Amino acid sequence: MEKVEALVELKKNKTAMAGLILICFLLILALIGPWISPHPPLVPDPINRLKGPSWSHPFGTDSLGRDILSRVIYGSRISIIIGLIAVSISLVPGTILGLLSGFYGRKVDEPIMRGMDIMLAFPAILLAIFITAILGPSLLNTMIAVGIVYIPHYARIVRSSVLSLKEQLFVQAVRSLGGSNLRIIFLHIFPNTIPPIIVYATLGMGTAVLQAAALGFLGLGAQPPTPEWGAMLSEGRQYIQNAPHVAAFPGIAIFMLVLGFNLFGDGLRDILDPSLR
Amino acid sequence: MARFISRRLFHLIFILIGVSILVFLMLRLIPGDPAHLLVGELASPQDIARIREKLGLDSSYVYQYFIYASNLLKGDMGTSIRSNVPVSQEIFVRFLATVELSIAAMLISSLIGILAGVISSVRQYSIFDYFSMMMALVGISMPIFWLGLMLMYLFSVKWGILPMMGRFTMGLDYHVISGLVMLDSLLSGDIQLFFNSVKHLILPAFTLATIPMAIIARMTRSSMLEVMSKDYIRTARAKGLSRGTVIFRHALKNAFLPIITVIGLNFGLLLGGAVLTETIFSWPGLGRYVVDSLSARDYPAVQGCILFFAVIMVIVNLTVDIFYLYLDPRLRIDGKG
Repeated sequence: MEKVEALVELKKNKTAMAGLILICFLLILALIGPWISPHPPLVPDPINRLKGPSWSHPFGTDSLGRDILSRVIYGSRISIIIGLIAVSISLVPGTILGLLSGFYGRKVDEPIMRGMDIMLAFPAILLAIFITAILGPSLLNTMIAVGIVYIPHYARIVRSSVLSLKEQLFVQAVRSLGGSNLRIIFLHIFPNTIPPIIVYATLGMGTAVLQAAALGFLGLGAQPPTPEWGAMLSEGRQYIQNAPHVAAFPGIAIFMLVLGFNLFGDGLRDILDPSLR
Repeated sequence: MARFISRRLFHLIFILIGVSILVFLMLRLIPGDPAHLLVGELASPQDIARIREKLGLDSSYVYQYFIYASNLLKGDMGTSIRSNVPVSQEIFVRFLATVELSIAAMLISSLIGILAGVISSVRQYSIFDYFSMMMALVGISMPIFWLGLMLMYLFSVKWGILPMMGRFTMGLDYHVISGLVMLDSLLSGDIQLFFNSVKHLILPAFTLATIPMAIIARMTRSSMLEVMSKDYIRTARAKGLSRGTVIFRHALKNAFLPIITVIGLNFGLLLGGAVLTETIFSWPGLGRYVVDSLSARDYPAVQGCILFFAVIMVIVNLTVDIFYLYLDPRLRIDGKG
């Protein structure tokens, strides 16, 4: 599909546009965060502990008196970066494995895909827990863990599109012109696998953000005082009886970001790859 | 069919070996002495020497793996550092709590998901269709640990309708028969305990059911839409069959294959989701046990649980495959699948 045509379709697709608006809103928030957040996100204010929403603290304050709105704004930077890095960690090896696996067939395919099957035998969050248990809890390790967990998903998606692509005429044409295997894979097949990859990576951003927040919630991700949404929620859990706002707002932020990526990804799928539906 | 099953079994054994190797490597990859990790920091030098000898920690990795694997085959997953009880025993007790929660969540998600999907497909582009598909998207985008907390705040703290945590109120008399509280209370005729445990189950089960429910609803809708456009549905309608018969007997039955697959595949999501849901509602299941074990650095327990979860996943996937074969005779004839 021509790029211009795809853009026009995108503008017409309400789902995709709604998602894009949500994502852009949070992205702008993340970029201009330091200038618009009303309070510093890390400075405690013991007198104003666990205060409900008010004019000076629209989202209230947490157990140390820190402004939750400011922490949510700073948290958007962390979550977006987690999503981007985690998706890149799964995307790059996943795509390469999928390309090789699909193109070379049996001898390469079997060991790679069986390895992927082994990884898929673990429930995603448990594999992520497993990896953070080995690497130790931290923000960086969260991204690595979430990234590794989703490698098989990308490998499978790419492999299945390579399987149909490699039988097509243009591949035979390049081969008869003397193109090497690597040339065929990376210059001719790879560009055609990009649309499904874009769709999956967009949806994958949502999943990665959710999983990373879950790890943060379990205490395996960002450590205090980092304003990571999952970790903030975990803290809010202790105060759910008398200060539910501490947990409420970071959760709404996670939800909005993930919803944005899911809406945008769903819309993109309709436009770029109707076969994936 | 026999060939298919034997091939799947072979595949299963291969996966299980791979999974066990990964889990075996876990303790070797964590920085520190595996013997220390296995018996805890407070162990005496004698204990450490004993575990070194028992697991052959001074020999090669290959030999160590064989010791590990043969212990596993005997059902020996090591001993929990915290409780000094065999990990397999700890897992079994908690697993039943997770089973109770997962079955409840699976029933809720399948019933509501299929119903919403069917209505959406029958009334495509209606307000109900838009609303339920929007809700499905909301469902898969929502962090369930947040939903759980909010439900807990509303139903337990604010309105006081449902209990906050646990499987039943402490102090109630519970005679363990199967380990499933609801079933046992019925078996022993204890109506009070039964209703108490049902009340305790509602919030966690509903929280855990959200994501699968959304996925099942979407899948049911798209699968139904595909089937509803088929000729045999038009024939059924032309015969003058009632709307209900056409939808449930002719359409839903044929749309069921992908729905079953999705329900089966969601089992992994349920097990994973159980880790979060059980943590929120202090449900004494396996998911919460993993998290607690990890924060206590009880590595034998963590190792055992992760292995156990993976084995359950593999077995469920195999069951789904076989069930699939049973439901769709076409797959049996060409022997593929």
